[in-house]
Amino acid sequence: MNIVVCIKQVPDTAGGVKFNPDGTLDRAAMLAIMNPDDKAGLEAALRLKDEYGAKVTVVTMGLPKADAILREAMAMGADDAVLVTDRVLGGADTWATSQTLAGALRALDYDLVITGRQAIDGDTAQVGPQLSVHLGLPIVSYTQKLRIEGDYVIAERMFDDRHHVLKVKMPCLLTALSELNEPRYMTPGGIFEAFQKPVTIMGRKDLVDTLDSNIGKVGSPTQIAKASDKVRKGAGTQYIPEDATDAAEYITARLKEKFII
Amino acid sequence: MDFALSQEHAMARDLFRSFAQNEVKPLAQEIDEEERFPSESVAKMAKLGFLGIAVPKQYGGQGCDYLTYTMCVEELAKVCGTTAVVLSAHTSLCQMPILHFGTEEQKQKYLVPLAKGETLGAFGLTEPGAGTDAAGQQTKAVLDGDEWVLNGTKMFITNGYYADTYVIFAMTDKSLGRKGISAFIVEKGTPGFTFGTKEKKMGIRGSATYELVFTDCRIPKENLLGKLGEGYKIAMDTLDGGRIGIAAQALGLAEGALEVTCDYVKTRKQFGKTLGQFQNTQFQLADMATRCDAAQLLVYRAAIDHDIPKKNSDGMASSMAKLYAAETAMYVTTKAVQLHGGYGYIRDYDVERMMRDAKITEIYEGTSEVQRMVIAKNLLK
Repeated sequence: MNIVVCIKQVPDTAGGVKFNPDGTLDRAAMLAIMNPDDKAGLEAALRLKDEYGAKVTVVTMGLPKADAILREAMAMGADDAVLVTDRVLGGADTWATSQTLAGALRALDYDLVITGRQAIDGDTAQVGPQLSVHLGLPIVSYTQKLRIEGDYVIAERMFDDRHHVLKVKMPCLLTALSELNEPRYMTPGGIFEAFQKPVTIMGRKDLVDTLDSNIGKVGSPTQIAKASDKVRKGAGTQYIPEDATDAAEYITARLKEKFII
Repeated sequence: MDFALSQEHAMARDLFRSFAQNEVKPLAQEIDEEERFPSESVAKMAKLGFLGIAVPKQYGGQGCDYLTYTMCVEELAKVCGTTAVVLSAHTSLCQMPILHFGTEEQKQKYLVPLAKGETLGAFGLTEPGAGTDAAGQQTKAVLDGDEWVLNGTKMFITNGYYADTYVIFAMTDKSLGRKGISAFIVEKGTPGFTFGTKEKKMGIRGSATYELVFTDCRIPKENLLGKLGEGYKIAMDTLDGGRIGIAAQALGLAEGALEVTCDYVKTRKQFGKTLGQFQNTQFQLADMATRCDAAQLLVYRAAIDHDIPKKNSDGMASSMAKLYAAETAMYVTTKAVQLHGGYGYIRDYDVERMMRDAKITEIYEGTSEVQRMVIAKNLLK
């Protein structure tokens, strides 16, 4: 089984987010780490490798310094690493990023693709689902648990108050939640071995079936109007309705209160 | 000259830091308070290969250099002096003499499980009458057929009782003085090998410090480590490397105390200002940080030299590192307690434990006086 895990180097937002005057993230002022959801996805892949046997390849798109998270992934147990980097790919939004990753993945063998649910820098949760569309793969988002049965992945998709159990034929794509597992530590020897291994570098010319109009800044339809620190979602209110009509009236009233309808 | 760590070393340091913060720190106060051996942390370290960092891969280790192992001890000591010394005694004092002086059979039988973390190691040199004067060994080993028969008592043995494999020194020919001392590998559970008193200590209270008692303890002839009469040389060579481990422990204690003190003085207010806004505090922190940095340079240099054959053959680098790091640990932790005021004297605060833990680094594996003797001897030869 070939598993490709897409990972991203992100600024560590644990100590708060710092912005440049123009509203973009001040990445230089923050430590660079492997995105937590992606790390959970990698751990899931490594556990499948431990249990069923698999080759795990990590792929990242970014600046050359993103090499660090590829080394970290290999020190955790990934077999191969691919860095997709090229000046023309810079300034990409989620659309251009997913198109670029799709171009890179078309050049690789995979039965299962795993991405994190979302990155802690942009918090869009769009790249994984977009990638599945570009590659024509079925997707299970918000995966909180998974196992393999023959050619199928049995995955739990998390919701706020329940989960769905889905059976999906491979090849398919999963987006992982950090709740999926507790990622393993690297080993000291693994770190030194990781720096001895080659990292495959892919540039624009290596992307398969990818249009120039879909990559880099030119291929990015998103315009950032304003960026702000993440606002935590409140606990919410639970209301047990007497019947469907009561439920509809309650919801309508709340929406009117907020001038949404 | 570039003082920056390589990418590999920087990543290893991040790993050790993260492990220490997440897995070891939460237990530090508890194991000190209960004087309990940190078995759970040792098991986790074993799983991650920390118990074999400096052992070559061919013997089940991680194949890293001495600097990597040193940084691991340093990061552990930043949050828990006990856990750091468990690793240091296991690695420097038990694995290294077997690696450097053991036969291939001894390496396969003892070093491989030690490096894989399946067993824990200890080192028995000190006796009631043989501390700094290590040549005054009273424990005897007599060859009887195909077995050595050991009789005597060792004391202050780190990892005692919990360790499975012990490197033990005993007199095999008293008439030869220090050249009559030999080294042996003794397994826990060998008939005639028992444990005496568990010491109650001022600091590193989670580490197990036991008396080892040998009463007609018979071990196979092939468990002689190195050559007959080579024990003193093996002990000194081992302690030379061990000093770097203890220097790293001392360094970590100092750095850990400095870190928590910086955090404390930024929030603690007196007379309407944080303590950090007073120049007295700033000057003290500056002195503490400068000594930490100087100690780190000495410790890292000694660790790097340790891997270069004959580079540290006079023991200067490791003695200087241990002397300065240990005295820095006492200096910094004492200042840290003072800057915490009354809170620093309360057991709920980490600096109280760190100051108690720091004191031993000036004593074990060669007192500060012994380190000065080694340094001065080299200067005047």
